[in-house]
Parts: sequence; structure tokens; C-alpha cells
Amino acid sequence: MSARAARRRAVNLLFVAGCGIATLVALAALAMILWSLVTQGIGGIDLKIFTMTQPAPGSVGGLANAIMGSLLMCAGAMLIAVVIGILAGTWLAEYGGDTAYGQVVRFLNDVLLSAPSILVGLFVYELLVRPFHGFSGYAGAVALALLAMPIVTRTTEDILRLQPHSLREAGMALGASRAFVIRRVIWRAAGAGLLTGVLLGFARISGETAPLLFTSLGNQFFSMDMSQPMASLPTTIFQFALSAYDDWRRLAWVGALLIAAAVLFINIVGRMLARETHRP
Amino acid sequence: MRAACRQRVDLMTSYVQVKALKPVQGRAGETIFRTLCLASATLLLAALAGVVISLAIGGWPAFRTFGFGFLMSSEWNPVTEVYGAAGPIVGTLITSFLALAFALPLAMGVAVFLTEFCPRAFARPIAIAVELLAGIPSIVYGMWGLFVLAPWFATHVQLPLLMSAESGSWQDKLFAGVPNGANIFTASVILATMILPYMAAVFRELFLTVPPQVREAAYGLGCTSFEAVRAVIVPYVRKGLAGVIMLGLGRALGETMAVTFIIGNAHGFPDSLFSSGSTIASTIANEFTEATGEMHTAALIALGLVLFLITFGVLAIARLLLGRQRP
Repeated sequence: MSARAARRRAVNLLFVAGCGIATLVALAALAMILWSLVTQGIGGIDLKIFTMTQPAPGSVGGLANAIMGSLLMCAGAMLIAVVIGILAGTWLAEYGGDTAYGQVVRFLNDVLLSAPSILVGLFVYELLVRPFHGFSGYAGAVALALLAMPIVTRTTEDILRLQPHSLREAGMALGASRAFVIRRVIWRAAGAGLLTGVLLGFARISGETAPLLFTSLGNQFFSMDMSQPMASLPTTIFQFALSAYDDWRRLAWVGALLIAAAVLFINIVGRMLARETHRP
Repeated sequence: MRAACRQRVDLMTSYVQVKALKPVQGRAGETIFRTLCLASATLLLAALAGVVISLAIGGWPAFRTFGFGFLMSSEWNPVTEVYGAAGPIVGTLITSFLALAFALPLAMGVAVFLTEFCPRAFARPIAIAVELLAGIPSIVYGMWGLFVLAPWFATHVQLPLLMSAESGSWQDKLFAGVPNGANIFTASVILATMILPYMAAVFRELFLTVPPQVREAAYGLGCTSFEAVRAVIVPYVRKGLAGVIMLGLGRALGETMAVTFIIGNAHGFPDSLFSSGSTIASTIANEFTEATGEMHTAALIALGLVLFLITFGVLAIARLLLGRQRP
């Protein structure tokens, strides 16, 4: 073997080893995060977490108010985001996606998709909190909806574009109007895929903290009134983690574990659904 | 309605049961549906426009009062009501680029390893794990940074470095700071861990778009794996790579919670690698609900507008580079 070949081999070996080490480092870092999450959080999970509201420092309590607030606001947000997102995605895929306006909408939707969530919080503060003189669960839901909308729009468009043209032609040939074909044929064929988009959007917003800080604010009591300030898991975690009390910090870990587990679970379900639809 | 339907059905062969296909909606329904779809798409535009406009209006008092100095001054003082955004802006840029510098080689390594070298049996599970980890909320990363990374970093890295540095030397200047682990360096590390799985996942998708023939041609010419990656695969997707890097940067710039936990929240320019600092997003998150006056709120919103313009620029470039390819 010539010296040149030996050098090429050595460089190649180094490169392969480097890539392998990079993967190990990345996986180790992420495993460490999950590990501390589980070890710190799992001990605190019991029934009290789900039945009792947040405690004063030093007394017993749970996260029921935060969990309820998160569920309500996320549900409200998804209600808005699903309607708007699916309709907008349908427009991009079926009607105006190739027009200049469609291009602009798609481009800005992609930008909105990764825009800083804290700015959405500021926007909703200016839009709903300041004019109505109060933080509220509704404002939180709207902020979350604005974050989920681009995701639902994008996946809807992608999934609808995957549907075969023959489906549309068959529907039209039977005399159905375009809207009818979209609603009764295309949406139905893309059903699981649409659901994936909705789940991905849901997974994204369920851990969002920044936009809730100035919209729903937080609430130490159990409340289901969305016109009032409302607790949520992420903001409660934020407050508790930065506090000086050990029991609050423990609750913060439990909350973080709950959120991470929920997000992972939703993502996995969405992924499984997507796998079924992507294979024609 | 019926007539319109019949007209369309004319084209069809006679044995199709026209009755069974009674159209549920006619022209009116079609128009309504189409308009609803268009309105929803427009609402998305309106949302983005709303963000810009509300930030511009809300931040206007600060821009009017401080003018260009708002961007240049690093004085941030709620008591005297003087606000300058330079500290958080610089903090944002430093942490984001440091994070990118840490995450980029690792993410590339992971993606190359998964697409080129990893045995197939492991590649898929690892890829899925990486993608799932990209979805973990940033607050979890922030907590880990605060409770695990910061204390460890303070005792095992920061203190020894501080002790070993001679006073007055460049190391002393570089490593100066309160040894509590909450500083711009650890914030960058957390940011890097956050964008790492995200970037690795999209890099991998990008590498998978390289046609196998191209790869095989490279190997057929006698390339080693390294040469194939460097001379064929990376050039094939270079535009996309640049786009993904910008996406990662955009994420790091706007990230709030992971940074807020650990950056130490000090205004002004960071004067060493281990000094506490602030980013635009962390400043807003920390101070907005406790803003002392109209001008304080306005200054924070103006900061938001600055962040929006920076990220919008970065993300727009990313999307243009990625084109129709949409990871």
C-alpha cells in the first residue's frame, strides 16, 4: 500500500470515528437529560399531583390547577388551529397554492412556523390583554393557537398534495363539485395524515411556556373560567423551578416529566398514524 | 342545481346512477367553501402582519424617545427610565452563534453517521430517537441546565479554570465571573443541546435526498467514505445545508425558556465568557409582567421588534435557500 493510500485510509478512519463519536456525544447528552428528568420526577408522581392544587411552600399539594389549565387552553387553541389550519392548508393544496398569493402565504407560513414564540405572546398581549385590561385563559388559548396553526396548515398541505389526482378526477367525473370532492373524498382519504398534523401541533404547544407568560399569566387556584387568569403546567414549572423552596422544585420536576412524557407520547402516536398514510 | 349537475354528468357513460350522486351543494356551497379556505389562508398572513404591527406600535414610544441610541446604548435602567438594547442584542447574537458552533459539527456528524455508516438495524431507531428528542419542550432543557449542568459546570470547570488563571492574564479576563454556572457559556451549551437533535434530524433528511446513484458513482471511482461525503454528498445538498444552518440559528435566536433559566440575567455587555448576560427573549420573559412603567413596557416590546426583524431575516434566508424542499 502506497503512502498516499495509507494516508487516505487513516483520514477516512478518523472521519468515521469522528462521526460515531459525535453521535455518541449527542445521544449521551440527551440520555442524561432524560435520565435526570425521570430520576428527579418519578418519585413525586402520585395521586395528589392530579387531585390537589398547587401548595404554599412547605405544605402538601399537587398540580391539578396547572394540569387543568393546560388542558383547557390547549383544547381551546387546537379548536381554533384545526379549523383555520386545515382550511388554509386545503386552500394551498387545492385552490390557490400556485398563485403568487399562494406562494407568499406558504413562505410566510413557513416563517411563522419557526418564529420565536415569545413574540406571539407579546402580540396577543397587545391584541387581547391590554385592550380588555386583564390576563385570561382565552388570550392564552389564542396565543397557543397562533403557534399550532402554521404546523397544521403545513402538514395539511403536504398530505393533501400526496393524494393521487385520479381521486379528484374520479370525484369530479361523477359530477360532484370541487368543494364536495375535497370534503368527502380527499379529506377522508387523507384522514390519518390530517390527524398527524393536528397531533404534531398539539405536541408543540403543550410545552410552550413563553407565550403564556403574558397572556394567561398563571393562577394559584383551581379555575375553569377561561375569562380569568389561568394556571398552566409550563408557567407553573417556570415559577416553581426558579423558587427557593425544595418542595416547589420537586413539583417542577414532576411537572416537567409529565409534559415531556405527554409530548413524547403524542409525537409517537402521530408518527404511527403518519406511517400508515404515507404508504399507499 | 339539478340542471348544473346534469350538465356535468352529460360527459359520463349512461350506466352511472345519477340519482345516487345527488350533489349536496351547488355553486353557492362551492363558493362559500372556497372563500372560507381563502379567508383562513389570509388569516395566517394577518397573524404575521399583526405581530409586526403590534410590536411596532407597542415599541414606538421607546424608539421615539431613544432614537438610534436604543440599539447602541447598553444602559438598561428602569429607575431612571433609560433603556438601551445593545446588551441583550449582543447577548442574543453571542449565545446563538456559540450554540451554532457547538451544535453544527455534532449535528453533521450524527447525520452523516446515520445515513452513511450506521448499521441499518440501529440507524432507524436512533434517527427516531433524535427526532423525538427534537420535540421535547425547551423548558425541560432549561430546568436541566439550571439544576444539573450549572452546578456541575461551576465546580468542575469554572472554579478550576478561575483558580489556575494568573491574575491579569488573558485567561483571567476570559474566565472571569461569579462561579455559579449561570453565564452565557452554559446558556450556549444548553441552546446547543436544544438545537442539536433538530438540526441532526433535518440534516439527515437532507442527506437522504441524495440519489443512491450519485453515492455509488463516488464509491465506484474509488472514493473513501470521507471523500464521498466531502466531495459528492455535501456539495449535492449544499444549498439545503446552508438553509438548515439558518433554521437552527433562527431557533437559537428566539429561544426563550432554555436560556432564561441559566443565563444569569444581567444587563449590559458580557465582559467575559463566563459572565452572566441576557438575551432579548430572556429579558422580555423576565421583566414583561413586572414592567414598572409605560416606557419599560414599550422598551421591552421594542426589543421584541428587534428580535422579530433579526429572526425574520434569518428565517427568510433559510426558506429561500431551502426552496421547495421543506424539511
